[in-house]
Formats: sequence, C-alpha cells, structure tokens
Amino acid sequence: MCVRRNGPDHWYFLRAHARFAVMAQAVVSPEGAAAASAGPTEAFELQIVPRAGLPIVAVVVVLLIVAIAVNDKWPLMFLHVVAGATWTIVDLFLGFVIGPILGKLSIPARVELTSRLMPKMVLIMPTAVAVTLAAGWQLASKLGDNLTTYPHHAWVVASFIVVGSMAVIALGLLEPANIAVLTELKKPRPKPEVIERLMKRFIYTAGATGLMQVATLVIMTRLATA
Amino acid sequence: MSEGRRLPPVTQLGMLSLALIAAGVIYLSAHLPEHVSLAPAIVLLAASALVLSGNVLALWRTEGFAWGRFIEVARWALLGYSIISGLIEYVFLRNHTSGGPLVVLTLSLVVFALNVPVLIAFTVARYDDAEAAAQTPLE
Repeated sequence: MCVRRNGPDHWYFLRAHARFAVMAQAVVSPEGAAAASAGPTEAFELQIVPRAGLPIVAVVVVLLIVAIAVNDKWPLMFLHVVAGATWTIVDLFLGFVIGPILGKLSIPARVELTSRLMPKMVLIMPTAVAVTLAAGWQLASKLGDNLTTYPHHAWVVASFIVVGSMAVIALGLLEPANIAVLTELKKPRPKPEVIERLMKRFIYTAGATGLMQVATLVIMTRLATA
Repeated sequence: MSEGRRLPPVTQLGMLSLALIAAGVIYLSAHLPEHVSLAPAIVLLAASALVLSGNVLALWRTEGFAWGRFIEVARWALLGYSIISGLIEYVFLRNHTSGGPLVVLTLSLVVFALNVPVLIAFTVARYDDAEAAAQTPLE
C-alpha cells in the first residue's frame, strides 16, 4: 500500500489507513472473519477516556475507600504495592521500552499504537498514582512510619520528595501531553507536527519519571528491609 | 494554527505553582501528626495560589485563545482531579488531621485540583483554533 509521507493530510490519511488496517484484519484473519460475520465491521473509534474502563476505576476507588476505612494492614499494603508497582512499571516500560520502539515504527503503526495505548494511560496513571499515595499515607500512619520518631524517617521524607517531583513532572507535562495527543488524533485533520512534538514530550517525561522511579525502588526496598 | 500566537508561559508557571504546593504538602507530611509550624506551608500555599491566579489572568488576556476547547477539557479534568483530591483529603481526615494543618492541606488540595485542569486544558487548547473547536466538540 502506498503511504504518502508528506503534506498536510499526512496524519488524516494515516489515521484512515490505521482504521482500514483494523477493518482489513477482520477480513484476513480467521478470528477477524468470525467477528466480521457476526456483525457490522468495527472500525476503531478513538475515545479519549475509554468508557469501558470507568467501572474498573470506580471499583478500585471503592476498594481504596473501604481499605482506608477498615484500616487493616493487608488491604492497605496490597493496594499500595500493586498501584505503586503499576506506576513504576508503566513509567519504566513507556520510557525505556515503548519509547525507543515507537520511534522506530512505521508511521501508520505509530498512529495505531498511540491511539490505542494513550486512552488507557488516561485512566491507568491517575488511578495508580492516587491509590499509591492514599493507601501509602494510610499505611504509613498505621505503622507509624510517618512519625518523626521513626528511625528511618529521613528515607520516608526522601520518598515524599521523589514522589512530589514525579507528580509535578507527570501532572505538568506528561498528563497534559497525553490528553492533547488524543484530542489532536480525534480531530478531522490532525496535525502531524503537533502529534510528534507531544509524543516526544510524553515519552521523554515518562523516561524522566522512570529514572526517578529507580530512586523510589531504592527507598522502598530500603524501608521494607529496615 | 494557534501555535503562531504569543502565549504566556502557562505550563512553566503551572509547574512552578504545582512545585510550591508539593513543597508545602511534603513539609507538612514530614512533620504530621506532631506539632508543626504552619508558616512555611502558608507561604508556599500563598505563593502557589498567586502564581496560579497570575497564570489564569495572563491566559485570560490572550486574544484568540480557544476558550471553548479549554473549558470543555478543563471541566472533565476538574471532575477527575477533584475526586483524586477528595481521596487524599479523606485520608487526612481519617487520620484525625485537624485545625490549621487541615485547613492548609485542604486549600493546597484545592489549588492542586484547579492547577492540573488548567495545565491539561491549556495544552489541548493551545493547538486548537477557536472557531474549529466550537465546530468539533470532542464527544
């Protein structure tokens, strides 16, 4: 297939190409054929906030509220570790694995990956961050780790500083870039230079927060083994 | 494209405002639940609120800015970050934080919940044409 690589209609064309690729997949693969025969062809429709994921977020938030209300060690630890690990892994994976791969992909593949990955990030990252912080603070309060008398209090404060720095970068640069890329992709005529710029910003800031996550891992393993 | 316009440094100032809030909350969190002098946290909160106000004012004076898109994005972001702020506030309340520290923390969360939507909505709207935004709502 001919892929035009220049001109103002570039991303518009490529987005159409990506949609076509999804539809074509329905024709050439057995699963796709089955799906196609089951009903109308499902062209990929970009949702900035994937509605299907909202009930899952709601369940996680309810679990967090219950865990904080019950104030039992295990649910707090579970939520803090799971959400914290998600936050850490996603940052490291985006910054150091997906980022370099994304740069080497063909442009249609980049468009398709971006338009499928980024909506999920809109839900996953804020949820993971909120659960990590809220469950973490409650856990520290329960265990007394946030008291100035705690022998390793300096490490706890260091973790606050690292998390604060990551939050400023993530909320000031990463999250806005995420939403802006999706908004641009949703336009009838997306601007390739805007998407390129915002995706670079997203990947670089994910890499920066990924590096800081290494500091978080050092601090948390130090505290866990203290 | 609206990129050609001269825009105030909303992202930079927004990040400065966020950093000030983060510093204040870290300062309080590092001392709670013991007694803590509120003066540094109040100074940081006031500075953050001032930077946020200046940021919005500077943006308000920008001609041709896609306000329709800005508001469309900002209201959803505000909803999301209000929920997140509410969760954090709930944790402080659950741990019997009260009096001055609670007031400062609550106001810090309010500034936080206003700041992030401004940053997100600005980043989206800066690449939008005011007229085109009015014609093509996101949902």
